[in-house]
Amino acid sequence: MSAPQNAAPVIEIRDLTKVYRMGDVEVHALKGVSLTVEQGDFVAIMGPSGSGKSTLMNIIGCLDRPTAGTYRLDGIDVSRLDRDDRAEIRNAKIGFVFQSFNLLARTRATENVELPLLYGNLGLTAPERAKRSRDALARVGLAGREDHYPSQLSGGQQQRVAIARALVTDPAILLADEPTGNLDSRTSEEVIGIFQELNDAGKTVVLITHEPDIAAHARRVVYVRDGLIWRDERIVQMRAKHPDAAAGEPVAFPFPIAAPEEVVR
Amino acid sequence: MKVTAMRLLNITKVGLMAIARNKMRSLLTMLGIIIGVACVITMVAVGTGASSSIQATINSLGSNFIMVFPGAAMSGGMRSFTGESKLTPEDALAIKAECPAVAYVSPGARTNAQIVAGEQNWGTQVWGVDVDWPFIRAWNVADGDFFTDVDVRSSAKVAVLGSTVAENLFPNGDAGGSTIRIKHVPFKVVGVLERKGGNMMGQDQDDQIIAPYTTVMKQLMGSPRINMVYVSARSADQVGQAQIEIEALLRQRHRLGPGQESDFNMRSQEEIASTSAQTSRTLSILLGSAAAISLLVGGIGIMNIMLVSVTERTREIGVRLAIGAKGRHVLLQFLLEAIALSVVGGGIGVALGLLIPHLVTRFAGMPTQVSTGSVLLAFGFAAAIGVFFGFYPARKASRLDPIDALRYE
Repeated sequence: MSAPQNAAPVIEIRDLTKVYRMGDVEVHALKGVSLTVEQGDFVAIMGPSGSGKSTLMNIIGCLDRPTAGTYRLDGIDVSRLDRDDRAEIRNAKIGFVFQSFNLLARTRATENVELPLLYGNLGLTAPERAKRSRDALARVGLAGREDHYPSQLSGGQQQRVAIARALVTDPAILLADEPTGNLDSRTSEEVIGIFQELNDAGKTVVLITHEPDIAAHARRVVYVRDGLIWRDERIVQMRAKHPDAAAGEPVAFPFPIAAPEEVVR
Repeated sequence: MKVTAMRLLNITKVGLMAIARNKMRSLLTMLGIIIGVACVITMVAVGTGASSSIQATINSLGSNFIMVFPGAAMSGGMRSFTGESKLTPEDALAIKAECPAVAYVSPGARTNAQIVAGEQNWGTQVWGVDVDWPFIRAWNVADGDFFTDVDVRSSAKVAVLGSTVAENLFPNGDAGGSTIRIKHVPFKVVGVLERKGGNMMGQDQDDQIIAPYTTVMKQLMGSPRINMVYVSARSADQVGQAQIEIEALLRQRHRLGPGQESDFNMRSQEEIASTSAQTSRTLSILLGSAAAISLLVGGIGIMNIMLVSVTERTREIGVRLAIGAKGRHVLLQFLLEAIALSVVGGGIGVALGLLIPHLVTRFAGMPTQVSTGSVLLAFGFAAAIGVFFGFYPARKASRLDPIDALRYE
């Protein structure tokens, strides 16, 4: 089922289209997107609202299916899977991080992190799950806070619990949707720093954001506009280089994303 | 297989965690079920207790027992007797002599009297009966003897005391052989009846004095009429036959023409038993259905809360779906939550249902009898309500689209 890593790209999207039908009107949210993300990359997907950015994220996250085109995730064609199979893929291959943390209230950090393991096929015993949960929390710097409830944690800490929850199944990609959208700038740095650390350790990260200074922490920025990929740039990072990040043309960031329309015209 | 079982366990855990997180709400939701289950068990226990104590009392009347009363037949359960009794001791003797299906007969002549024994004083009923009476009522003499045929024929001034009377007149227990005065007439106490307890109306059956009917009528009453005739048929099968024979004989003796209403009426032990059994069954059904309705309302409460819960936890459902829960996992989780609510509620209800009848007996003095059937029925019904009313909200939750659910504010 799983191809050897590095042999194939983690994400391989070909000519993806998505058409929504709203009454008599067809809305073309994606008009033919192709995108390849290699193992160990850190990709920021940017774009204004209505650009198709969210649709693309939903398809990458296997929450939705494309109208046409193919999407291979970790070597598996997931573009035609049904609801239940996609749930299994999400559980095994994707770690979600949301803007509003989405932790279960009145539930300890460790129990929140364990949640994906309860739905998975791994067949872990309770002590094994607890250990994995603790390890994941330790990786995001929350060792010692395992038994805290979300209400006892700061926003940044809550988001770190959410990241631990995304990590606990050891997924092929971390998919973060505006993970810093609800955080102040200092905490944002802290959280984005964790993504960078995880990426440095080899984890593939896909980040959806509209904030250029958050996107600047990625290795690669993909800009979506009008249902198409408008720009796809590599960024030179001052931090330690990842071997796989050498591909592509490094450019200085930021490119003029502040007003893209002007650039095109 | 192992993995499936484990996952079911995990999902049960998920559901129980959700209940534990909302303790107050869970308790309030369960309240309907708790009250419903406790009510069903209590009501059935009170009903069963009442009917079994009535049954026991009726059985204590004696077997194959028939009572003949003066006055026309009953209408609507009420005896519409106002005129003077037409029954005489001779009627009773005739029944004994001429009805083959009858084993024992005794006249019953009653008067109220003040009894004096030494310095003790006690007001009670005095019944004048024949020597067959202990056999008809299946009532033995505990201390001493019943009076004899000779006593009856000679109108001897002898008496047998009910145990309550004996206790009140002779606190030292020396009733046997002593003399009491009934309406100033001295009677010799020959025996004390064994204790029988209250009758259906709650009257103390031990609060009476039994004496030969001849003596009672001559010395205490001054009327040739009697209040009733006690009859015992030869066997349970012959109760009906005995009633037919008595009817024919008394109509003949009272010179009643074919179109005339009888001036007496009869009730058998069986009739009394079936009437009261029916009454208590009706009562049980009535109370039970009121309780069942509260169970149903409890179920609707669970559905209501589960629907609120699904709406309120839309985001949570979205997260669960996003991190890999399948529709059936969510369905199962919410269904299990509903079932857990109703089962835990049912369990608490059963505990209360076992306790309350106990308290009712203790403090209200009503006999109760908890039946295993009603406990199982109420508990099973509660669990079934959880499944039934939990299914719709659970299915609603499981069909949510993860994208919409995550976006839900």
